[in-house]
Amino acid sequence: MKHIKTVNKPSLQSTVHTGGCGECQASCQSACKTSCTVGNQVCEK
Amino acid sequence: MKDKIHKFEQNGMYILLDINSGAVHVIDKMIYDMMDTFDGSNDEAVVQALAGQYPEAELREALGELHALMAARELFAPDIDVPPTFKQKGLVKSLCLMIAQDCNLRCKYCFGDGGSYGQQRAVMTPEIGRRAVDFLIEASGPRKHCEMDFFGGEPLMNMKTVKAVTEYVHQREKETGKTFKLTLTTNGMLLNDENIQWLNENNFALVLSLDGRKEVHDATRPDVGGHGTYDRVVKNFHKCIDSRKGGDYDYRGVYTYIRGTYTRNNMDFTKDVLAMNDEGFDILSMEPVVMKDSPLGFTEADLPRISAEYDRLTEAYLQRHRAGRGFYFFHFNMDLSNGPCVAKRLSGCGAGHEYFAVAENGDLYPCHQFVGREKYKLGNIFDGVQNQELPRYFRESHVLNKEKCRNCWARFFCSGGCHANADLFHRDIRQPYEVGCEIQKKRLECAILVQACLALEKSK
Repeated sequence: MKHIKTVNKPSLQSTVHTGGCGECQASCQSACKTSCTVGNQVCEK
Repeated sequence: MKDKIHKFEQNGMYILLDINSGAVHVIDKMIYDMMDTFDGSNDEAVVQALAGQYPEAELREALGELHALMAARELFAPDIDVPPTFKQKGLVKSLCLMIAQDCNLRCKYCFGDGGSYGQQRAVMTPEIGRRAVDFLIEASGPRKHCEMDFFGGEPLMNMKTVKAVTEYVHQREKETGKTFKLTLTTNGMLLNDENIQWLNENNFALVLSLDGRKEVHDATRPDVGGHGTYDRVVKNFHKCIDSRKGGDYDYRGVYTYIRGTYTRNNMDFTKDVLAMNDEGFDILSMEPVVMKDSPLGFTEADLPRISAEYDRLTEAYLQRHRAGRGFYFFHFNMDLSNGPCVAKRLSGCGAGHEYFAVAENGDLYPCHQFVGREKYKLGNIFDGVQNQELPRYFRESHVLNKEKCRNCWARFFCSGGCHANADLFHRDIRQPYEVGCEIQKKRLECAILVQACLALEKSK
């Protein structure tokens, strides 16, 4: 495309049906320790 | 349709995020302007609105590109509701052990009252720690991966229990087939050769606390006698990280990072991040302090300056990366293609339903920050969770149930922020801490921009 460059292959919509195994790492949201937020994680699958 | 996208301009780039698909598009200024009007079905209105600014042929060409994105479900993707994969009840998978509710530092911003959490200074016994391991094994049910975070205060002040618990973890791993991931957060004062070797041999992930420049660190993280600690901990951190290079526990494979806190006294925190990198550390994190009614804490008035500082940090981060001496900054590291599933994005940190903290006496709380907040006590590791209502309330306090989060563009990245901070400011875990939200959103924009830049540069 000339005006738009998509930089990722998003998976959010497909994981509505496939996720939830729960094997991923906990992700503290506070500012005091392993505060990675879920956005910084990858899926363990 | 505006609530389905987020667009921003930073460092000369225009970014369009499609919230419900997670697609990130780098766009030109014309598309950026078109998105003020475009709703997917009003091409003529877009052409009319921008006819004086851009050639009509260009506008129509760009509209074609936007419709192609819609067809690929990467623009205006449908809203996401609570999926069936998000089970009503969470399985506990992670415990934070308050190994020592005591500390050998007196950091100016400590949320744990110098380690005691408003209670008597005390350390966890090996018996309590071992019982916590059994509690986690039972509570995690069929889940294979379990996590234990050794926290405090300063956990290395109680190596006896750290070692006893770890030994028991290894025994129970063999008996149950579960895999434990162990993490320890330390201020570095007691990180001597013997402890380093033992932590390496036991495959501990480490979080090492350092606040950047020497003068900043010494001012915020003094020892009990009020003396600066920078020189002492940096020496130990070097020894520790050097010992983890190569071999079975290369520090890039095991989670080992230097994390700092910035306060109102160092809103020029880019200098602190770069100072840590210049010191030779390359896996870094730097986060805003959260304090209420304190001169070190932030208010809304500080946000423009903090925002500008993140722009500077982004620029510096990319500059070093392009010069071949890049470093890893925790909050800019984001996998835009293989991020967590929707269920995880709703669970967030899992505090109160997938993640508990165990106080030194065995009492259970939703997370380490709630330790000592009595109305949040859940039970104890001997009798289990007695307050059944709280875990359910925490599990249901996800972004789609919080008024301020439901329509926020960042909802699937931040998962609603920290419950403990919300409680601190509003006495309500469903009312997010606004200043934290604004900082988080800015930091996310920077992370998305960084990932977009790196992806484009890689594709060239």
